[in-house]
Amino acid sequence: MNIYGDHGNLQVLMRRLEWYGYEPQVISYNIGDSLPDSADIIIGGGGQDSGQAKIHADLLKIGPTLKSWADNGTPMLVVCGLYQLFGRFFETLDGTHLEGIGILDIKTYGTNERLIGNIVTHSSMFGDIIGYENHSGQTHLADGTQAFASVIRGAGNNSKDGHEGALYKNVIGTYLHGSILPKNPKVADFLIKTAVKKRYGEFSHNIIDDMFADMAREVARNRPR
Amino acid sequence: MPQSFTIIFGKAVRYVARLRGGGSALPGLFVERISPSFVPDTLAQLPQGVVVISGTNGKTTTTKMVVSLLESQGVKVFTNRTGSNFVRGVAAALLGEIDTKGKLNADIAVLELDEAHAVKFVEVIKPSYSLLLNVMRDQLDRFGEIDTTAKMLEKIAAATTTAVVMNREDERIRRVGLAYSTDPSSKDLKLSYFGLDAKLKSHFPNDDDFHAAAPMQTKTLPAADVILKDFNEQGAAFTIDGNNFATPLKLKGIYNIFNSAAALALVRAIIPNTETGSLLKALSEVTPAFGRGETVIVKGQPLELVLVKNPAGFKLALESFSPEGYATMIAINDNYADGRDMSWLWDVDFTSLTNSPVYISGIRAYDMALRLQYDEVGMEKVEPKLTHALSEFISLHTDIPKRIYCTYTAMLALRKELSKITEVEMIA
Repeated sequence: MNIYGDHGNLQVLMRRLEWYGYEPQVISYNIGDSLPDSADIIIGGGGQDSGQAKIHADLLKIGPTLKSWADNGTPMLVVCGLYQLFGRFFETLDGTHLEGIGILDIKTYGTNERLIGNIVTHSSMFGDIIGYENHSGQTHLADGTQAFASVIRGAGNNSKDGHEGALYKNVIGTYLHGSILPKNPKVADFLIKTAVKKRYGEFSHNIIDDMFADMAREVARNRPR
Repeated sequence: MPQSFTIIFGKAVRYVARLRGGGSALPGLFVERISPSFVPDTLAQLPQGVVVISGTNGKTTTTKMVVSLLESQGVKVFTNRTGSNFVRGVAAALLGEIDTKGKLNADIAVLELDEAHAVKFVEVIKPSYSLLLNVMRDQLDRFGEIDTTAKMLEKIAAATTTAVVMNREDERIRRVGLAYSTDPSSKDLKLSYFGLDAKLKSHFPNDDDFHAAAPMQTKTLPAADVILKDFNEQGAAFTIDGNNFATPLKLKGIYNIFNSAAALALVRAIIPNTETGSLLKALSEVTPAFGRGETVIVKGQPLELVLVKNPAGFKLALESFSPEGYATMIAINDNYADGRDMSWLWDVDFTSLTNSPVYISGIRAYDMALRLQYDEVGMEKVEPKLTHALSEFISLHTDIPKRIYCTYTAMLALRKELSKITEVEMIA
């Protein structure tokens, strides 16, 4: 599922890995493919509700493998539609119940209200996270589930709770588009460093100039909803 | 309130709005409040009815083409020329064309309307003809989802009384056509298609196969009345009702040329027995519309404005225009009409600009700079303020042609600045 510019997340990871001196390899997973034996980073994006229905059955098949990778600390970033299906379930407005793969202890309900616009959140790990949300699903976290960030301006998981996204080990689920990683390179570097250290034990000393990301963030932070 | 009075009042408001230098929708709003049936009543007079052109990309240039083609056949056309394609814009445009008794000197109205506004429009006025161009991700933050947009196009087709002309290469539009051809109650509604030769299909990705492993497999396609067979810098070749034709074109850009197939198919649906040669001659004279590849001359050098609104449009624009020999600027705003969400920039490949350092401007210049950083494209300067950027860009490259890719409100601002330096075509 990828109609929402989340391709930007892939590009950011690829480039930053190259700039850090590594050789990334992308494996695109489509319905019916077999999963590789292992993966260093998993990312997945948003799509329309109709897209979710299409991939659902296949996702359930690979769910257990993804869950074992998540339990093992594999870093993952799942946005919007895939964030929802990484939870317990997604129930649409007309009552259709889509079972999720349960990596995140969350549930999502389709609603008539679209939560849409610029959003600024704050995470203790990453500082401010700035992006754009656009979803009519409202997500609720179970008691033990940690949110990704708290909302400073915007809606987030639902219209009441003031938190955004969810975390499990090194898995990040979020509603943020923008795309999320370009303007929030600390999140990208978290995924990269976790993966690299897991594989090689240490991380390169290269430094990336994130001046444009910083300046884009400052503009984005002050844009109207 | 008597119609005559509304019209004079509306015209006065429109005159004042133009003196103040802008606002193409205010007079229309004014009339709408005083006389809500103004638009339907005025359009109801037209002997050949109303044509609605809708879809994500290309409405304005296609509308311009259709108007030229119809006028070449002696038809008097009313159209909403300004590109403000909201219903109020139609009312405002009408005010400029009618006499004080409310009489419109036209045989047919050709209107471009974006999907959401077209849906509202057809609730009140049933078009005789409609043209469904394409459904692409465009400002998702306005409509929510592509499938929702496709449903809107269905509503437009459902309201049409004589003929619906459709893009057979667009899967969602094909589905609209399929629903009709199998619906017995719609026997009187004519359906026709425009399309592409198979070898040109790779130029027109749809959003589903933007990042897919392989492009969508071709399914069985309906027969098309007009097919674009081939094109180059000079012109294009078409198959029209089974016969082959070629014509030179002033229009440039792959998307404009494909849309000319749409315009031909639509005009052939409106006037079934036109002589193809005379249509193609009229087509060969059409120049690009307001802001969509428009060129002005600044200090003796051409400066082109290319409107970009969504990934597919930006991709096609970059493919249509080689950066070599040109100075390139990109101006990205995020006002409501531009789309607030910057995600769309990440679905465009900018690597074709690698050897041409780009001058970047607009409210979201830094998001654009960030985008180019990741494509490792050189940047000349980043200056968000458009007025400064424009004059610096011109003075840095005085002696070569220039091209500015810009979002909608950036384009309006640039045109306004340009009109202070040079002659810019008046639009209304």
